Amino acid sequence: MKNKNTDSRRKFLDNGLKLGLITAIGAVGLTKIASKLSAKNSETSTGKMELMTTDGTIIEVDSSEVKQIVHTKITEEYDVREGMPNRKFVMVIDLAKCKNALKCQTACNKQHYITGNHAWLKVYKMQEDEDTAPYWMPTTCMHCDHPACVTVCPVDATFKRRDGLVLIDNERCIGCRFCMAACPYSTRVFNWSEPNQGEITMLMEMEHQTEHNSVEFAGLPSVKGTVDKCDFCPHTIKENELPHCVTACPNGVFYFGDKYEDTVTNGEETLRLSKLLKDKAGYRLMEGLGTKPSVYYLPPVDRLVDFKEGLENFTDYKSVDKPE
Amino acid sequence: MKNYDKLLNDLAPQKFGKKGVIWTISLVVLIVLGIIAYIDQIIRGQVVTNMNDYALWGVYISNFVFFVATSFVGTVTVAVLRLTKNAWRTPIVRIAEIISVSAIIMAGLTITIDMGRPDRLLNLFIHGRMQSPITWDVIIIPTYIMVSLLLLYFPLLPDFGLLNKYYKEKKPTLSKWYGKLSLNWTGSEAQKSIQLKSIHIIAILIVPVGFMLQTIDAWLFSTLFRVGWDSTNMGAYFISGAAVAGVGALVCVVYVLQKAYKLEEYITDFHFDKLGKFLVLTCLIYLYFNLNEYLIPQLTSKKESTTHINVLMEGQFAPLFWFVIIGGLMIPVIILLFKKGRKPFPMFLVSLLVVTGSWWKRYLIVTPTLLHPFLPIQGVPEEWRHYFPSLHEWLITIATLAMSLLIITILVRYVPIIPIQRTADEREELELNKNTEK
Repeated sequence: MKNKNTDSRRKFLDNGLKLGLITAIGAVGLTKIASKLSAKNSETSTGKMELMTTDGTIIEVDSSEVKQIVHTKITEEYDVREGMPNRKFVMVIDLAKCKNALKCQTACNKQHYITGNHAWLKVYKMQEDEDTAPYWMPTTCMHCDHPACVTVCPVDATFKRRDGLVLIDNERCIGCRFCMAACPYSTRVFNWSEPNQGEITMLMEMEHQTEHNSVEFAGLPSVKGTVDKCDFCPHTIKENELPHCVTACPNGVFYFGDKYEDTVTNGEETLRLSKLLKDKAGYRLMEGLGTKPSVYYLPPVDRLVDFKEGLENFTDYKSVDKPE
Repeated sequence: MKNYDKLLNDLAPQKFGKKGVIWTISLVVLIVLGIIAYIDQIIRGQVVTNMNDYALWGVYISNFVFFVATSFVGTVTVAVLRLTKNAWRTPIVRIAEIISVSAIIMAGLTITIDMGRPDRLLNLFIHGRMQSPITWDVIIIPTYIMVSLLLLYFPLLPDFGLLNKYYKEKKPTLSKWYGKLSLNWTGSEAQKSIQLKSIHIIAILIVPVGFMLQTIDAWLFSTLFRVGWDSTNMGAYFISGAAVAGVGALVCVVYVLQKAYKLEEYITDFHFDKLGKFLVLTCLIYLYFNLNEYLIPQLTSKKESTTHINVLMEGQFAPLFWFVIIGGLMIPVIILLFKKGRKPFPMFLVSLLVVTGSWWKRYLIVTPTLLHPFLPIQGVPEEWRHYFPSLHEWLITIATLAMSLLIITILVRYVPIIPIQRTADEREELELNKNTEK
């Protein structure tokens, strides 16, 4: 009885499989035939056409084979989520030159109207070990190619653009701060209260046409209850200018450029990115985490300045100057 | 019908006494205070909390994790004990289901308190993206709410039917409500078989859903790079911790209800004895995962993990850490291993310890990790290097806990806390067995 049962079940399964296979093949065949038929129907042969190929020879083709291609319009319009086409922005920070002048931070705070207690750009006092030399390390957003913050954002408020920038749509951000927890570089800051950015808010109110998250005001003005961070200054890049930290630095620490063009510049000298990274053994922060940052560091070797000089400017508990 | 009379008299929902009224009013007061604090938080922003760019999550998140963990009691007692055919569960399952429903509803509410822009809640659905662990949470929490509600509701049908009849003359409106809720329960064989089947399906269903809920909760942390969260241990660690919190809460509530409603006849020392053993089991499993979580990184002693663990074991969080490990897990295990320790009153005290420990444990999972990022904390105000909840945070957190207790209180007021029908059936069976033995 049992055997019979399993036998019949096996038979049933066998038949089922076969039937399924036949149906699948049949379906593929049918669609092929159908597509051929429809192709013939649409054919309205009106003779031959002469065309020139790219190498200059004339060929003759049936006019039915010729199709008009709709050119993808290269729009002048700037899609803030797509970024600038065919660019890949990178930064190189030369730790050998940094002496904690903090001009980068001041410029950044001013240009981004930072009103909280948190600077987007920080200069860390670093020392790996007591036997090794201390050095100053400026950090911006790393604009990672594998950004952990973008992965965890539940609403696609923070996004990665084709030109390498990681930006925040603060009109969409729900303020869960998951991205802040995900970022190993602690680069993200939160607007715990109303930012009160005065000037910029007024400016935006005056120019109603200027939208939030447009090129001119990427991520500005800040919005209460949302996340902010370094934006690589797309508003200056668009004008073919360098980000504020790069131009503000008196020591030429920051180099900014395009990886596809393989050049970076600090405003004074323009260098081949690949050669610079090879010659000076460039590295990226926490490479082991696999975040693939767009910011490279050159090790603090052969320093021209004394580390101690920077201590004058170092304040452990303050990175934003506040009007009294 | 006759044998139901005493049961119904004992177990039908009763009006609150004086104590009950005071209890409910104080809960409401706490909730109102919390709501006022929350409104202030919405107006002024989360600057009213003590959170900052480093301690970016605080007591709201750890409280949320606590609620999620506690809601696991439904899975662990109802489903697991049911599927393993442990008959002693009968008088406590309803209470477990009630706690579970209340906790998971509150988990859903508390998570929005932490959001900087609660007004944009709908973005989670409009722009939701599957790769974010938060989206997984958004899917699993409503699912668990539904499944727990059904697990509470289906076994209630016959009891609602009974209450419908019981109140017919005394309180016609109440009786009508019970009648509607009982979905025309008559107790026919056909109805019984459908009901049993449904309960069985849900009891099986809630096991994977409950495990998923706890695991996703763990993944909220373990999908991030931070030291102390970036651990493969997290899923199992959270599931076992949830069992501790859940069973601990269950013992607390069972004891209070037994005393408040004089249910000594139904919830006996025997049940506490069993619950005590169950609690020991969950605590031991959790201790095992704690060992994995803290001792193994200490042995390999990577720099960052050593810093993290030192902060917990001897640094600023040490008193809390050892309170949780020793007070919240080890001492309860030791007390509960003795038969005398498993008497109702000592068990109540132990379970209070366990629940308090469980709550602080979540705090220890969330906060210390955030205060030790990969890059040093520099250039920010001094107070950003520490975190302790502000008055607003405490008021709101206490209000959520009070709200959870209020949900339990309301359910206890209108729902028979001990399944009447099942108790009757079981007693009948017992009688039958006795007679045949004779």
